[in-house]
Amino acid sequence: MINSWLANRFGLRVEKQIHVSPWISLFIPFISIVLALLVGAVFLSLTGNDPWKVYGVMFKGAFGSVFGLSECVVNAIPLLMTGLAVALAFRMLLWNIGAEGQFYMGAFAASWVALSFPHAPAYLVMPGMFLAGFAGGALWGLLPAIPRALLGVNETLTTLMLNYVAILWVDSLVYGHWRDPQGYNFPLTAQFSDAATLPSLGNTRIHAGVFLALAAAVVVHIILKHTVWGYEIRIIGESQKAAKYAGINVVKNILLVMMLSGGLSGLAGYCEVAGITHRLQESISPGYGYTAIIVAWLGKLNPWAIMVVSFLFGGFLVGGYTMQSAGLPAATVSILQGSILFFVLAGEILTRYRICLVERRNDQ
Amino acid sequence: MSEVLVDMRSITKRFPGITANYKVNFQVYRGEIHALLGENGAGKSTLMSILSGFYRPDSGEIRIRGKKVNLRSPREALEHGIGMVHQHFRLVEPFSVAENIVLGTTGRLQFYLNRKEFADRIARFAQSYGITIDPWAKVWQLSVGEKQRIEILKLLYRGADVLILDEPTAVLTPQNVRELFQTLRQMADSGRSIILITHKLQEVMEVADRITVLRKGSNVGTVFKKDVDERELTRMMVERDVLFSTANRSHDIGPTVLRLEGISVIGDRGIPALKYLSLEVHAGEILGIAGIAGNGQRELAEAITGLRPVAGGRIIVGGQDLTNQPASRFIEAGVGSVPEDRLGTGLVPNMNLYDNVILKDYRKPPIRRGSFLNHRVVGEKASRLVSEFNIQVSDLSYPIRMLSGGNLQRLLLAREISLQPKLLVASYPVRGLDIGATEAVYRLLIELSNAGTAILLMSEDLEELLTLSDRIAVLFRGELMGVVSTREAEIEKLGLMMVGSLAMEGRRA
Repeated sequence: MINSWLANRFGLRVEKQIHVSPWISLFIPFISIVLALLVGAVFLSLTGNDPWKVYGVMFKGAFGSVFGLSECVVNAIPLLMTGLAVALAFRMLLWNIGAEGQFYMGAFAASWVALSFPHAPAYLVMPGMFLAGFAGGALWGLLPAIPRALLGVNETLTTLMLNYVAILWVDSLVYGHWRDPQGYNFPLTAQFSDAATLPSLGNTRIHAGVFLALAAAVVVHIILKHTVWGYEIRIIGESQKAAKYAGINVVKNILLVMMLSGGLSGLAGYCEVAGITHRLQESISPGYGYTAIIVAWLGKLNPWAIMVVSFLFGGFLVGGYTMQSAGLPAATVSILQGSILFFVLAGEILTRYRICLVERRNDQ
Repeated sequence: MSEVLVDMRSITKRFPGITANYKVNFQVYRGEIHALLGENGAGKSTLMSILSGFYRPDSGEIRIRGKKVNLRSPREALEHGIGMVHQHFRLVEPFSVAENIVLGTTGRLQFYLNRKEFADRIARFAQSYGITIDPWAKVWQLSVGEKQRIEILKLLYRGADVLILDEPTAVLTPQNVRELFQTLRQMADSGRSIILITHKLQEVMEVADRITVLRKGSNVGTVFKKDVDERELTRMMVERDVLFSTANRSHDIGPTVLRLEGISVIGDRGIPALKYLSLEVHAGEILGIAGIAGNGQRELAEAITGLRPVAGGRIIVGGQDLTNQPASRFIEAGVGSVPEDRLGTGLVPNMNLYDNVILKDYRKPPIRRGSFLNHRVVGEKASRLVSEFNIQVSDLSYPIRMLSGGNLQRLLLAREISLQPKLLVASYPVRGLDIGATEAVYRLLIELSNAGTAILLMSEDLEELLTLSDRIAVLFRGELMGVVSTREAEIEKLGLMMVGSLAMEGRRA
């Protein structure tokens, strides 16, 4: 009764918020994580686990030891680079879902250099791998950008599809042509020469790629904030109509931004093979390129925030591995990541719009 | 003829920043074709969206067949017999005509639909309204006129007896228009009511029984067609208060700045929007472009600023042939523009004032320093414009969408004027502004003209054009009806030219 009275008398209306306070926009991601943890807790208790125990194991595994922390950084490196890559494209409203594929193509191209020149000195093979990694990712990003720029073909689909192509391409190599004859039939290439591997910090797995990732954040920040090109990117992202009005070449910028975005992901792939696996192998990424989308969104496409978020998400991954070895469901991590994105997007809408209860006038 | 089917009383609807309808009364009789006439932004579509359940009024009431109703959705409106055909059709292209018509009708779920029987039923149903259709044809294969007929049939099939058509002739050829009008008349004769949203006077005079004119969201009057003529309707549509006098206007007309040599432009719908248009604008001159909205003004402004390619003819700015050059070349050649869509095209709402003031000259030193933006120079420019043009802003680093309409337009004009344009294309520069802001914009335009800039001013407001312009060119259906000197212009003649009833000699010269 009261319900129907309410429904007749009041209605819900969604309005665009005129003013969004910066405090709210910081608060929303935080709340999103908390809510996602709660959803995860419900799921865990329904499956017969003790959520606090699981979270405890995760937290301790990731942040409870020097080793755990170092592993967080190891995972944060590719997340930061791919996160920056997609954030750059998202800034221009280019939905590059293809960081994963660009990562694989970067890894492939860098491996090609390392395997082709096993006796080359570091000062030749390292820059060669770097450039090849960038180019591999950049070309993989350029491929879907061309139909998008010229014909308006939806890049969300094409970039996503190309991920499978790239992953299967690498699979076909490590199972076929490039398989190490001394590798006992494992799907691995031969190990890179020492000259083709990145040095590590002490006895952790943190490799020199961490400096590359941090530098990438600085470069992306400078491009967006301080350069003429970044200004064009920001204008296009805000309003294509205004961009055309200002005489900005939108087609050229779509191609360039997708190349840089793909190139950054490609560099992440290069760092992974040169810094961690020291060879090309199957499943070099546990989905960094997809997690990057959540990282970029949670970081509000801001390079500094993405830095912090990728460290946190590195922790999630490490926590997931710890859980797995403790015999707990590792899929919890995926559930948590998914729910975080869900809440972030919902929160995003709530910061931009508000829902008001309005009294129905002129009603019976 | 006398039964009132629809009775809207004192309808008011506000959107953030504007009042779209203010205490509008509107009645429709059974069996009449009622034209709803008004300029763009007069509130026609809003009023009809309220009647068809898309919007809900802030106040006022709607009675249908004498009974007060509360329309919460298009479906509820349809249950009361009110249906709307939108400008953009809502058909499922890969489906057949019959499928589109049955789609969404309520009824029990049938797992087995007798397609043949059903298609026959649809064909017979259409035939009873004098419409011949092939129920098996896929919608994507149909012409625009046929699609429109399917939309109308859809509503009839659902039992609508009040049909609202939003600018139905905009997409049709003259042949199709005649057919449509015949169909409409036939439906009116069978006791249905038709509401025709339009701003085309000729059509109104051709097909309507009664006419309601809206202006700035209010009902100016409802009249029988037999009691009025086009001239009277034009006056009702465009009359405004005179609020400004042009003192301080120098009349030193200089050399030609813009020359259009027979340009033709294709509009968004693929139909020619401008046909063999030739014009000249001189330094220090304000050339007004008169015409009812939708007669090629937008396409003209876009062509002259390099945003829309021309299909034929040449555009010459200051002696340079810029035909089909990119927009950046037009900017370099000194073409400034105040677009119709201020916030979104002319300005970027979510960016701050710094970013907005350099939209046109960020490529040029000193704002550009190598690959970088020189933030110091940008900051200086922003503060200079804010103080020179008296823009009320609390913080330069806030997104500019917070600014009022008048301040936004001042900001836009400030930026364009700061580039010392040779030519300024101003589209409806005072639309939606209050009197104070309007006067400020007028003053800026006149100062700019006195400084030697050629100005092309588009407006629907004849009084405004007569006040500001040196000459007035009239556009009708993409053609130039003539150019008259303001001193010799008569408002009635201009009005007739605007509706295509009068053309000047040698207008294609």
